[in-house]
Amino acid sequence: MLSVNDLHFSYNGRPLLRDIDFRLERGELLAILGPNGVGKTTLLKCLNAILKPASGAVLVEDRNVLALSPGEIARDIGYVSQKGEASRLTVFDAVLMGRTPHIRWRMGEVDLLKTEAVIRTMGLSPLSMRHIDTLSGGELQKVCIARALVQEPSLLLLDEPTSALDLKNQVEIMNLIRRVADGHDMAVVMTMHDLNMALRHADKTIFLKDGNIHAMTTTSGVTPEVIQEVYGLPVHVHRIDGQAVVLPRN
Amino acid sequence: MHSDHGVVPEEYRRYLARKTLVVALAVLALGGSLVLALSIGAAGLGPADVLSSLLGLGASPRVDAIVRGIRLPQALAAMVAGGGLAVAGAVMQAILRNPLGSPFTLGISHAAAFGAAFSVMALDSGLMTSGKAAVTITSPWVATASAFAASLIAAGVVIAISRSRGARPETMVLAGVALGALFTAGTMLLQFFATDVQLSAMVFWTFGDTSRASWGELGLMAGLTLASTGYFLANSWNYNAIDAGDETARGLGVRVERVRLAGMFLASLVTAVLIAFLGIIGFVGLVVPHMFRRVIGADHRFLLPASLAGGAVLLLLSDTAARMLLAPHLLPVSVLTAFLGAPTFLWLIIRGRN
Repeated sequence: MLSVNDLHFSYNGRPLLRDIDFRLERGELLAILGPNGVGKTTLLKCLNAILKPASGAVLVEDRNVLALSPGEIARDIGYVSQKGEASRLTVFDAVLMGRTPHIRWRMGEVDLLKTEAVIRTMGLSPLSMRHIDTLSGGELQKVCIARALVQEPSLLLLDEPTSALDLKNQVEIMNLIRRVADGHDMAVVMTMHDLNMALRHADKTIFLKDGNIHAMTTTSGVTPEVIQEVYGLPVHVHRIDGQAVVLPRN
Repeated sequence: MHSDHGVVPEEYRRYLARKTLVVALAVLALGGSLVLALSIGAAGLGPADVLSSLLGLGASPRVDAIVRGIRLPQALAAMVAGGGLAVAGAVMQAILRNPLGSPFTLGISHAAAFGAAFSVMALDSGLMTSGKAAVTITSPWVATASAFAASLIAAGVVIAISRSRGARPETMVLAGVALGALFTAGTMLLQFFATDVQLSAMVFWTFGDTSRASWGELGLMAGLTLASTGYFLANSWNYNAIDAGDETARGLGVRVERVRLAGMFLASLVTAVLIAFLGIIGFVGLVVPHMFRRVIGADHRFLLPASLAGGAVLLLLSDTAARMLLAPHLLPVSVLTAFLGAPTFLWLIIRGRN
């Protein structure tokens, strides 16, 4: 459903991303990996045209995203930024905000009902009247994901969804994302730092290096060689209880 | 995709009803304040006289002259200016994502005052006398256009700085101080070359005062304030989204740059028109949105109308108090708002630090 063809992105005339080509189906979780500053977030933002690529195409269900208006894109693609800002809004209103691309002037009954449904399925009902500036990091992240879900997207983009969270919240959020991808038959693209988290929860991985896709594999196909080439650090990939675990070699 | 069989929680409906009630109460308070403001004054009229004159129920010509001819225009000017400045402040705080945004703190008010003074001095758009009216603006469009042009320069600088340096509260306030000082210096330069009569007129005019607007000017101010508020209200969800961060807003399909520029442009226009006709009135635009944000939260669907009504109440009551405080002398309302607003501003800064 997502097809990225020959995408190039430059900033101030300096090419940052080159020859980006990949495909993703509904229900699949893709992790974009790579060292700091390699352009993971940049690539993510090119997918919903928050940043304008110099050339190439991003097709979602065969429609070129780069030719659509911001509103049209937001009806198809949900986006959760790395740092959600908290203001003095209730959880209900903060999630309701996700209906913005679907309305003309005001929120209708349908928007309220859809918001309620998402809040309920995400287990946020007990918090729905709390102000979001009183929530913990994990709770706020759930609200931001819920907001993206009421957009009713077919593609969900997440910028480091677990980087600011403790271990329990990391696992909870990742399980939630898996459930959402399955339940809503959605494709998910997320940038990640934590290799073990990516290997555990994603279906596919893309390793970026020097502005190119260095490797694209299923999660089970990730080898120590690829990781060493990308991060410049020798590693072992062990299997513990059937789960791949990356450990730096001394 | 989702199960749509749920119901909207009663609690949320009650919550919306509560916020609607706050807005309704502010509007009611405005009605009450208007009657109060029209009843208080040297002539000693009662609320009954005022109401019968307002509703055309056969009040005496003397009462009509006082209520409709003198007090009503001043009261309406205070309402329009208070409401307009408060809404402009709420919008600036939203689009700059900055709690200290307001026409006054960002230096936009000073720029508008300079522009208006420039048009009166240099472009011959007004007459200056040292009498009560101080400055009679003979061509309001020229004065307004000039005030607007100057305020746009200030707004442009504010936007440019917020883009390049990030709209941190400290940065914005420092930029506002610099811009305010710059345009005040410009006004002083004009004053230096003014005649004695012009100088005293200009100094008097830079005090914000609601008693000088004519009916025509009042119409222009009210029309613009209401039309802009309509536009701002239609953008409520866009402002809410920008509050959640630029990138989140972009992800929701909001054209952030366009919304920000249009909002700043229109808020500056409202400020410029109010200031061209009434002079600088500070702090209303800063304090009122903050008061209501504490009461009903940051949802602009409610914050904007509440600020409009609340700003009108605040300035109308301040104006009435200013008329009474040193009676028979009429204190310009800007002096009073500064005495009320400056401590509030300091309190905001201290509270923000903690």
